[in-house]
Amino acid sequence: MTSAPIGLSREQMAARAAQDITDGSYVNLGIGMPEMIAQFIPEEIEVILHTENGLLGMGPSPVAGDGDPELINAGKRQVTALPGASYFHHADSFAMIRGGHLDLCVLGALEVAANGDLANWSTGGDSVPAVGGAMDLVSGVKAVYVMTSHCTRDGTPKLVESCTYPLTGVGVVDRIYTDLAVVEVGPDGFEVIDLTEGITFDEVAARTDGPIRDARSTEVQR
Amino acid sequence: MIDKRVADPEAAVDGVADGATVMIGGFGEAGSPIELIHALIDHGASGLTVVNNNTGSGEVGLAALIRAGRVARMICSYPRSANSTVFPELYRSGRTELELVPQGTLAERIRAGGAGIPGFYTPTAVGTELAEGREHREFDGRNHVLEHALTADLALIKARRADRHGNLVYNMTARNFSPLMAMAAATTVVQAAEVVSPGEIDPEAVVTPGIFVDRVVHVASPAHESDLVERGVTYP
Repeated sequence: MTSAPIGLSREQMAARAAQDITDGSYVNLGIGMPEMIAQFIPEEIEVILHTENGLLGMGPSPVAGDGDPELINAGKRQVTALPGASYFHHADSFAMIRGGHLDLCVLGALEVAANGDLANWSTGGDSVPAVGGAMDLVSGVKAVYVMTSHCTRDGTPKLVESCTYPLTGVGVVDRIYTDLAVVEVGPDGFEVIDLTEGITFDEVAARTDGPIRDARSTEVQR
Repeated sequence: MIDKRVADPEAAVDGVADGATVMIGGFGEAGSPIELIHALIDHGASGLTVVNNNTGSGEVGLAALIRAGRVARMICSYPRSANSTVFPELYRSGRTELELVPQGTLAERIRAGGAGIPGFYTPTAVGTELAEGREHREFDGRNHVLEHALTADLALIKARRADRHGNLVYNMTARNFSPLMAMAAATTVVQAAEVVSPGEIDPEAVVTPGIFVDRVVHVASPAHESDLVERGVTYP
């Protein structure tokens, strides 16, 4: 369906999402692509990163040879602790998540439905199921953003009418950052609030499988 | 006099019965009590139900316990690892059961078990296949699922520092599930890199109070799982 690649690279998507993180917020970045957002958070604001394995105030990866296998993030990669950081056990860490204390989480997705349903933990079938903290994050964090390519590698839309993969949560996604657009989940489906430079609304709509409208204007599509 | 110190890892895991439920601290390799797990392998107990966030890596520690066929059932949130095929193979062949639990629900179930709370309601997993067929209840217009507490016969955990009363301090993100598991197990066994006299740990800094701990064994230089895996070490 798609031919030559269009839209943002993974780094550019991370940089775009980082622009919308507000000063003073407590944020959990999901394993994989969302983790890349950390390096693009503007220096003039202070954001505290949470990792669910027990650290607030997570810093970047250590310089080679300086890491500690007992100072890791949720993706089990070595990290650092910034001045003002704190360590805590898992029940406290998930009280931060489930008790609504975190302002924002950004997660990856297999599919997001037009009503905000998220599927991001299981492709079903033969693989060993693994959920981690995804279901806790979507049920408890104040704002849930998704960062994902707009379509799969073979061009299948990931923003869909309803999810076909097992759900992580029902009606939980607030906003989606893709290579093509920034999309909010509204009462009547997807709402494009920003387009990547050089991308048209029609190109986004053609790659979306569900009700979508251009919320930059009042024009309603489909 | 209270002295919970034991001579070695072998003595620390003494008395584990076949079919026991064993909670093992750690998130990935951080906080994994490898020396205690290896002692449990040597002990020979089988048919175990093991509670851990993951299923180990390489063929040491938890992955070695699973590979040795001692684990009938895993309760965990994320049974995958970049460098271990041990659990997936046993799972697919039906030789090890899996109870998959969202990570925060797993932590809270263990905490509840240690705090004498038989169950609790949470919105986590509502509307997903992990909540199918379970008791639901609405609070303030939102649907919740009933989760049951988890307790264990034995907990194996790793601390940075302990005293003979069992007061514990952990090391950075190696703390994770261990303070909860210490509360939830009938017998809690700790391997500590340093064992000090009572009073040497500032009471303000104690993370796990000694009442939750039964045995302390000094393991001065605990192995790191990633280091063993990198060197191709297998156990036994």
